[in-house]
Amino acid sequence: MNASPVLEGNPKTDQPVSGRSDNALTFLRAKLQQSLAFGTLIVLVIFFSIASENFFQWSNISSILLATAVIGILALGTTFVIITGGIDLSIGTGMTLAAVMTGIFLVNMQLPLLVGVIGGLLTGALMGFINGVNIAILKLPPFIATLAMMMIAQGLALVISGVRPIYFSGVDGFKDIALGTLIPGLPNAVLILFILAIVAYLLLSKTLFGRYTFAIGSNEEATRLSGVNTRKWLIVVYTVAGLFTGFAGVVIASRLDSAQPQIGMGYELQAIAAVIIGGTSLLGGRGSIMGTVIGALIMSVLINGLRIMSIQTEWQNVVVGVVILIAVFTDTLRQRRSAS
Amino acid sequence: MTQLLKVSGISKSFPGVQALENVQFELNRGEVLTLVGENGAGKSSLMKILSGIYAKDAGTIVLEGAEVEIDSPKTAQQLGISIIHQEMNLMPHLTVAQNIYIGREPRTFGFVSERRLNRQTAELLDRLGIHLNPRKRVGDLTVAHQQMVEIAKALSFDAKVLIMDEPTSALTESETETLFSLIEGLKLRGTGIIYISHRMEELRRIADRVTVLRDGRYIGSLDKGEIDIPTVIEMMVGRHIEEGARPTAREHAHDDVVLKVEGLSTRHLLKNINFELKRGEILGFAGLMGAGRTEVARAIIGADPSEGATIFVQGKKVKISQPADAVAHGIGYLSEDRKQLGLLLERDVNTNVLLASLKDYTGPLGFMRTGKGKQKSRCYVESLRIKTPSIHAVTKNLSGGNQQKVVIAKWLARDCDILIFDEPTRGIDVGAKEEIYRLLNDLVEQGKSIVMISSELPEVLRLSHRIVVMAGGRITGILNNEDASQAKIMDYATNMIDEKSN
Repeated sequence: MNASPVLEGNPKTDQPVSGRSDNALTFLRAKLQQSLAFGTLIVLVIFFSIASENFFQWSNISSILLATAVIGILALGTTFVIITGGIDLSIGTGMTLAAVMTGIFLVNMQLPLLVGVIGGLLTGALMGFINGVNIAILKLPPFIATLAMMMIAQGLALVISGVRPIYFSGVDGFKDIALGTLIPGLPNAVLILFILAIVAYLLLSKTLFGRYTFAIGSNEEATRLSGVNTRKWLIVVYTVAGLFTGFAGVVIASRLDSAQPQIGMGYELQAIAAVIIGGTSLLGGRGSIMGTVIGALIMSVLINGLRIMSIQTEWQNVVVGVVILIAVFTDTLRQRRSAS
Repeated sequence: MTQLLKVSGISKSFPGVQALENVQFELNRGEVLTLVGENGAGKSSLMKILSGIYAKDAGTIVLEGAEVEIDSPKTAQQLGISIIHQEMNLMPHLTVAQNIYIGREPRTFGFVSERRLNRQTAELLDRLGIHLNPRKRVGDLTVAHQQMVEIAKALSFDAKVLIMDEPTSALTESETETLFSLIEGLKLRGTGIIYISHRMEELRRIADRVTVLRDGRYIGSLDKGEIDIPTVIEMMVGRHIEEGARPTAREHAHDDVVLKVEGLSTRHLLKNINFELKRGEILGFAGLMGAGRTEVARAIIGADPSEGATIFVQGKKVKISQPADAVAHGIGYLSEDRKQLGLLLERDVNTNVLLASLKDYTGPLGFMRTGKGKQKSRCYVESLRIKTPSIHAVTKNLSGGNQQKVVIAKWLARDCDILIFDEPTRGIDVGAKEEIYRLLNDLVEQGKSIVMISSELPEVLRLSHRIVVMAGGRITGILNNEDASQAKIMDYATNMIDEKSN
């Protein structure tokens, strides 16, 4: 009996078992939700362009992109968390704490710009790390662990800042982080969003870390029994989400040229909404960075468009809520269809 | 005997698949009809048509002389056709009574009357000869008792036809006996039972008739007197399968010990477990359910905490505190619960095969080398003969036997030398079982060493060089295969019960 292939695998006999059409089909199906979201985005842009001539102007597009930056960066980080089947509620106030700490480092302690910014980023990462330890080691439910962190971060931001905004007016170059234009006409904040999106995409799709993120969301126990140190990787996932929170904190501080300790609450829900609209499943195991970027854009296009059409702020919220319902509903519909 | 149910000319197709083609069978009152066939033979589809989950494309169903249309599960229930699914559909946090009468709770002034509910349930259980407390939470019951609850629930609808889908797959031999005597009781009451099973030895025990399906077609039926296992298997697989010879401990040449476990205990169950696994050996673990066999496996690989264990791998003392450590020492665990603990069901074959060895396909900066990985998983799909349209097919859609092969491929890809198989053939059909057996034998011939936990004694005897028997969290005996028999193993497996009663 020639049994050696069982052990070794035999590259010589490697004939493609896969049918090409089957490959393409799976691929298409995976892209459907994204293209659905993408289609929605296009439809919205066309609709608002017809509805108002002010919409499709570069200055307006640029301000839509700028408005997307902060929520978008938060959404990128939290995409990883949601794919593992978890949730991170602490990113909104965590962002505020990161901004306040950046202020402390740069304004109060007069540290060099780069050091202060890195300090802000690490503040975010540290919060994420603590979330990860609470969830992976102490086995707290992600909802509870990050709800607690949300409140802790909010409280600390207020205490540390003395409930007063910290202004960066004396810090050279800080404002340029978000509002400078390395590419003429495009605020740096948008550039940062796109660069981080590419980094997140590479992390999620091309690295071991990304594979384990999906595997944990798909079936954490089976992944653990396969010899993957799931606790370690969960901590990494939350730390990465925290690092993105740090980036959002620096960007928003730079954009406002101040650290506002009172804002932040509610940003986490908008970021989560963007992730969901982008087709990432709250149940874990499924999602994409491309989807998240599109989801974030849909949200800000909607809000901007409605504003340009002079619709009251109150109604803007209603519309966004309805869009979330429709997005999730079409997703469950699609899943039900592919299941039967 | 009067005819209860007559099904004929049933066809059903799904896009691209003809699931059933002109299938027929008959069921009499007070009779057990055993329906057998390999996975994918169409048993489940047929039963789903009977229970109103699928609509048939063609054919007639005659119940008690009248043709019926079963268009929904509700209709099936009203007609008196109940099904007990392989996967239990109970709510673990509710009590026995609450589970049985869910949706039909007796009410007083609109409030659920817990007292009447429990009385009603007690009466039902009494009638069926099931000894269970209606107030007990279902999650606290053993699997066997949970199954009794399912049966009671089905019969509470006054079922005339009861369909059981592999009811013994999670039961030990003694629990199986209890189930069989319950079935005898049901037969006396005139209930017709359609019994789906993969276990050949059960046919002789309870079947009044056997109907065989293969590839969605009706192959034939055998009456009680004609039931002969090799014939049935031949009808099922369409070819002849030989009974393999039993291995012996004597013929096993290697003496070097690859895994040695000393003084393994856990807080709740295991007490001082000691054993050795030799190179190229299949070491069977037999015992009743709850004897602690799975717990031994999980404690060794660090999935559950253990106390005071010293573990040697290839002669070296090792410390294992989580599954990642076990894997690093070349120990792979194939869980009894493939779907929940062994596979990422929603992901493709490629991902599952590579899950334990992803690090080997990682380049600098943690970037994946996907091409190399895919090549490897294609090799395994081919060498293990995993039937899948492609390595990108979702694992959920493979048959049980092929899913098991995917799990095996996962550990081979990780190059594990010690494999712990927990119920390797649970829920796998006869043809695929033989293939898994062959695979296990191939593996040990190539120098892998295997611990095999199994509740099927014929399987243990067929494959193991030596057999460890457990009872009540202890090892009660270690036998060489040539000294073992089913009766002897059962003696050791019930050892604890004797000690207690003495």
